[in-house]
Amino acid sequence: MPWLASEIPTVGNGGVSEDLTTITWNITPGIVWSDGSAFTSADVKFTYDYCTHPEGGCAQLTKFEGVSSVDTPDDLTVVVTFEGPTPNPYGPFVGGESPIIQKAQFEGCIGADASTCTEQNFGPIGTGPFVVTEFRTNDVIQMVANENYRDPNKPAFASVTFKGGGDATAAGRSVMETGEFDYAWNLQLAPDVIAGMAEGGLGTPVAGFGPLMERLMLNNTNPDPARGDMRSVKDDPAGGSEHPFLGDPAVYKALSMAIDRPLLVEIGYGQAGNTGCSWVPAPDAYASPIDNCEVQDIAGANAMLDAAGYMDTNGDGVRETPDGVPMSILYQTSTNAVRQDFQALIKQWWSEIGVETELRNIDASVFFGGDAGSPDTFQKFFADVEMYANTFNGTDPQAYLGNGLCNKAPRPDTQWQGENISRFCMAEYDAMHAQLTQTADIAERQRIGRELNAMMVENGGLIPLVHRGRVSAHANSLGGIVLNVWDSELWNVADWYRIDG
Amino acid sequence: MTDTTQEPVHSSNQTGDISRSYWSDVWRQFRSHKGAMAGAIVFFGIIFATLLGPWFYNVDATFIDIRSRNQGPSFDHPFGTDQLGRDILARMMAGGQVSMAVGMTAMLISLILGTLVGVLAGYFKSLDGPLMRLTDLFLALPLLPLLLVIILLFRDPLNAAFGPEGGIFILMVSAIGITSWMQAARIVRGDVLALKEREFVLAARSIGTSRTMMIMRHILPNVLSPIMVSATLGVANAIITESALSFLGLGFPPDFPTWGRLLFDGVDYLQQYPERVIFPGVAISLVVLSVNYMGDGLRDALDPRIRGR
Repeated sequence: MPWLASEIPTVGNGGVSEDLTTITWNITPGIVWSDGSAFTSADVKFTYDYCTHPEGGCAQLTKFEGVSSVDTPDDLTVVVTFEGPTPNPYGPFVGGESPIIQKAQFEGCIGADASTCTEQNFGPIGTGPFVVTEFRTNDVIQMVANENYRDPNKPAFASVTFKGGGDATAAGRSVMETGEFDYAWNLQLAPDVIAGMAEGGLGTPVAGFGPLMERLMLNNTNPDPARGDMRSVKDDPAGGSEHPFLGDPAVYKALSMAIDRPLLVEIGYGQAGNTGCSWVPAPDAYASPIDNCEVQDIAGANAMLDAAGYMDTNGDGVRETPDGVPMSILYQTSTNAVRQDFQALIKQWWSEIGVETELRNIDASVFFGGDAGSPDTFQKFFADVEMYANTFNGTDPQAYLGNGLCNKAPRPDTQWQGENISRFCMAEYDAMHAQLTQTADIAERQRIGRELNAMMVENGGLIPLVHRGRVSAHANSLGGIVLNVWDSELWNVADWYRIDG
Repeated sequence: MTDTTQEPVHSSNQTGDISRSYWSDVWRQFRSHKGAMAGAIVFFGIIFATLLGPWFYNVDATFIDIRSRNQGPSFDHPFGTDQLGRDILARMMAGGQVSMAVGMTAMLISLILGTLVGVLAGYFKSLDGPLMRLTDLFLALPLLPLLLVIILLFRDPLNAAFGPEGGIFILMVSAIGITSWMQAARIVRGDVLALKEREFVLAARSIGTSRTMMIMRHILPNVLSPIMVSATLGVANAIITESALSFLGLGFPPDFPTWGRLLFDGVDYLQQYPERVIFPGVAISLVVLSVNYMGDGLRDALDPRIRGR
């Protein structure tokens, strides 16, 4: 659905070149920014420069993976050139996670200055249906209708109050029981809790399945506090950066086998979850389920550990590695009732296979906050195992599969930014991902995607747990909602309206 | 609190008879305070229940029996089970042990610190200024953010040294202790300042009593009453702070039951299963209330002017 472009470029209409290396976007004439100035190709080019600046890119740098240049032959034409044939060229500037910023506003923020531009970041000028008037961190964003919106009849609302912070319980309650708000998303609550709220009668929960996957990330590096600055850092020149036991296939397979996934779904998600057996669970063509993932096999897991030489030598109920390191796991996640229930369950199952687990929960705003100064962020991963959910927008997982590349591991010299949270690293994986970026044939892409998917899971990058649906709730009086699991749920907010009565 | 006309309690050389009658006086006065007696009965009842309960009710508080989840009170599970099938009565008892232990230990730490600072500041003029400014400094610190920083900084080293539960216990107890001694220090200082000008102190000094002996034999027994009162209040305060931290998801590991954690876990189910919030909530309230009543009674009992009446 093109919004800013006049049509979607394809090979058929000549927008995408025959060799799949360039894509040409034609901007619809007459689109203006919310401050009234014209939206031109220079803004698009600036966005690319801003994001890929060597001294400080943007958070969505992976969207520009493989882009070699962005050219602007005229004010309304943008040509994106890729390094090689790119069969899915709809990554850069497409979807809610790859926005275009206004050149005039962000010109002073490029490179190392990016983090100083609080004012610009808190009041971005855009082309969407609403304009930010006030941004209070961890609290609310106030927005009013954009007078310069491209469709003069939309949006139907004069202002939007966007409440952040708080927790899922309060959010669900405010929509379904008290009616203070009209829409709440990411209601990660136990199924019976949601059902109880829906009895409030003011709102309706809706669910949709995208590629959202609740998983256990396995730390491929050693998070031992004794390692100081090299904690959870890959490839320490001094050695010892490998995890003492999580790198062994017998261990992570046993940990996975001990988990009863159908029960986790029943306890935590109900209708809004399916057993998760694959890193990329959807679209189906890319899914690569692990064998027997729906069956819990404690005895098999025990046998596997026994065979691999992990025995309880000192009789304390906890196995030791052949080197004598007790198999004790620090398992962290964000503070959320469902996640804490999962932690308790998994701890019990792992204790049945002789693995001791210490649980830790961290406030979500800290855990996902990405603050390089805090030791508790999920990127730093100062734990052996951590649980969270991740997904991607759009239907092509190429950029998402890029999260398993060696050079994407968070480390101190990238300010702990990076998407390869488990520090997974395999030369074959990198090579195959490079091949994926070169392949145009859709069936071949799906085959490679499946293989990458399986490679990550088979080689101890992560343990998939639950394929989650998005659960959102909207007030019964709010119309026009189409739950879109492939992009931001607010993708069509301009079309939302109030149902009379 | 301080009243210069008050007749101080002299500690005498003939400790035997007089001190026994002193404590029996205190006990008699304490017993006559109905609220304090009720508080003491409830408080010690809860302590015995949490300590001795697990001997009679032998159920593992962290064992998950997923088939029997979300059950109401029954013969098998007198308080019902939670959303994972863990027995709530067992969790209440295990949680009570932790919460009470945190409360008592944190109280002791804050009491020792507060008394030390208060006596030193009151007795030694040169230390008065610096110590009282230090007290002001601590009073000005916002407690919860400070605790968060302490937990962030020291959690890992302590976990490494004492294990996750032992480490966090030490951390919580000392964090609560070192952030709640200030009131006690101020009260004690005020009393010591008044006491050290009294004739019996002068008399003791004139016969050559050393400073240590002076503090131990003459000053401390006379400031016992405010110390005891702030101690009882400290228990309640520490339990509430621990509950607040657990409620915020900090503090002990999430599967480790404390009353605050049980409350936190129960909030989502407030409408369907209100008893999960009510049990720990009532327990916390009862302990705090009973401790406050005990403090009230103790103050009356230790105050010789009231006791005489």
